[in-house]
Amino acid sequence: MASDKSDPLRKYVYRGDPLAEPPPPELSAIFTRHRGAPDALITVLEDIQRQYGYLGQNHLQYLARQLNFPLARVYGVVTFYNLFRLDPPGKHQIRVCRGTACHVNHSAAILSHLENALGIGVDETTPDGEFTLQTVACVGACSLAPVLVVDEHTYGRMTPDAAWRTLTALDEREAAA
Amino acid sequence: MKTTIRVGLSTCGLAAGARATYDALAGQIQREQLPITLQRTGCLGACHREPLVEVIDAGGCSLYGPVTPAETGALLARHLTASPGPATPEWTVSQRTDRSDYPFLGRQVKVTTQLCGVIDPHSLDDYLAHDGYRALRQALQMSPEAILQAVTDSHLRGRGGAGFPTGLKWSIGRKQPGQRKFIICNADEGDPGAFMDRTMIEGDPHRVLEGMLIAARAIGARTGYIYIRAEYPLAVKALHEAIAQARAYGVVGKNILGSGMDFEFVIKEGAGAFVCGEETALMRSIEGYRGMPTMRPPYPAESGLWGAPTNINNVETYASVPSILLNGPGWFAGMGTVASGGKSGGTKAFALAGAIRNSGLVEIPIGLSLREMIYDIGGGCRDGRAFKAVQLGGPSGGCIPESLLDTPVDYENLRATGAIMGSGGMIVVDETTCMVDIARYFLTFTQDESCGKCVPCRVGTRKMLNTLTRITRGQASQADVDRLLSLCETVHTASLCGLGQTAPNPVLTTLRYFGDEYRAHVEEHRCPAGSCGM
Ligand SMILES: Cc1cc2nc3c(=O)[nH]c(=O)nc-3n(C[C@H](O)[C@H](O)[C@H](O)COP(=O)(O)O)c2cc1C
Ligand code: FES
Repeated sequence: MASDKSDPLRKYVYRGDPLAEPPPPELSAIFTRHRGAPDALITVLEDIQRQYGYLGQNHLQYLARQLNFPLARVYGVVTFYNLFRLDPPGKHQIRVCRGTACHVNHSAAILSHLENALGIGVDETTPDGEFTLQTVACVGACSLAPVLVVDEHTYGRMTPDAAWRTLTALDEREAAA
Repeated sequence: MKTTIRVGLSTCGLAAGARATYDALAGQIQREQLPITLQRTGCLGACHREPLVEVIDAGGCSLYGPVTPAETGALLARHLTASPGPATPEWTVSQRTDRSDYPFLGRQVKVTTQLCGVIDPHSLDDYLAHDGYRALRQALQMSPEAILQAVTDSHLRGRGGAGFPTGLKWSIGRKQPGQRKFIICNADEGDPGAFMDRTMIEGDPHRVLEGMLIAARAIGARTGYIYIRAEYPLAVKALHEAIAQARAYGVVGKNILGSGMDFEFVIKEGAGAFVCGEETALMRSIEGYRGMPTMRPPYPAESGLWGAPTNINNVETYASVPSILLNGPGWFAGMGTVASGGKSGGTKAFALAGAIRNSGLVEIPIGLSLREMIYDIGGGCRDGRAFKAVQLGGPSGGCIPESLLDTPVDYENLRATGAIMGSGGMIVVDETTCMVDIARYFLTFTQDESCGKCVPCRVGTRKMLNTLTRITRGQASQADVDRLLSLCETVHTASLCGLGQTAPNPVLTTLRYFGDEYRAHVEEHRCPAGSCGM
């Protein structure tokens, strides 16, 4: 899909009407992969979210129809699990670990520093669409607590300042590129 | 002898910057055409010294860490010149093959983690070179009953927390009628602060598969699900890769190694719900529903996945099995507490973390004391601070004070303290942490993760959390603390599943051992640790 610089979220959005027009090939590919499996629902949701970054309303409608489930059941599953999100994330997903090892190594201070510096709360996205701030229960790198995860990268032995520097370095790297 | 250099590239190593260290070594080895084999491995367990680099040459086995990219040149020079540099660099961890100069590793007994940090987890050949799939070959020659007997005699107990005897569980599975049976590997590892399962899967994935295959043979199952949390992307990848390799090698699929046994693996990624670690909730989640627990009985062994008999075990439980068959049940039982009148065989892995100096993955014979773990292996608290408590078992567990540190680590003795063995999370807390806040922290977690199906857990954990919050703000009275106690009783007795039944444990143990901290908050409106900000 063409990347539109003015709208960083654009690439995630499948705007088609699921019931009227054929779905984009990447979406139907997910279904082809799992159709017939009795336990497909959660796996399909995970794959859709991997593809688009979130679960849009039309994705869910399309899915319900394809798997022959009531939409309410799909929605019930989506809202039960922490992993799923119903709105598009920012360009970078920041996750502060709030697991026990990180907690006793004062990860709360990192979280509140990032909240203040970004001007958003947990599960919110900055107005420019750059950052989404989240917490995570533990990423298993507890020996390096406190831990910060930015997109796919895990950073250990963080402090509030180091966490903020990690984010600003991300911005600078992109500005240079 | 050609020199081998190993770099740990597990999640913990990568978070500490091991990729850059690896790249620096690889670059120099290639540029200078050095006669060195560079190997990527999983985690050796000494996460506090990551990035870890191990050099194996004619001089033995030297371990270094943390090694930054800037230090790799000096490290190579040290091992390549005929007369190594005079001074030992300060980032040396150990210079003896038996690690007797480094108690963190020297005091451990590694069974399930024996190859983590030793082999390349992406290489089946490496696993095969270390007895890989030899136990499975042996199992295929044995009758299912003989396998069950060996597992029973080993005194292996479930490593997921409850400690149910594995041999007994498998025998019940074997007895179930019908052809359609499942086995499940519980790799949900929901306790925050625990990383045993992640380390094992990232570092030695085939061992888990081999354990499951042996279980399948003993029970008569044809499909095995691995339910793994999505927060572990590297481990998920390692499993997919290992299963593909195992299939090519002939131990997955139809007619395994010509034995007539068929077996398939299915990997299911969790979606971030703690309660899905509970076995009945986990099965609902695999089936594609909300992960809500159901009443037991019926137990999964009789009616589990899609109503079929299902055997569910933790990652570490399965990973213990190959060594039991290879070395004999007596060898395994001999490492635990059986000889001294206890009921547990073997070793247990713990994730030692928190305010501890040597944090990392530690595997010990069951029965070692907490004190030996925390001081001899863990090196005591960080930054010279005073030890306050050790928390075991995550949100279902409890806090143990200094005075009980001589308690041996086994299921019964730990339960007697009010804590539990748990799945292996062990978080050390120092004097800067408030124990009321710790209780509140866990209740925030359980309240958030309660699935909402039963009232005692849904409403009770919320009420408990509210009370704890008021205590930490200095707004509560002694009457509130008394009410909190009786609420604990109700939630413990009346909840549907283990999540609610054990949710009061962090509160009860902190009240029991750190009652003076509660009193200071309630009577003097003061937090002795100075962390509650009153
Ligand atoms: C709330 C809750 C969470 C649990 N989480 C896990 C987990 O993350 N991993 C695990 O192996 N067992 C977990 N268990 C225990 C499982 O229900 C089950 O007893 C275990 O997987 C059995 O395996 P074992 O016999 O090998 O220990 C949990 C139990 C409860 C009540
Ligand atoms: S507690 Fe933060 S990574 Fe485990």
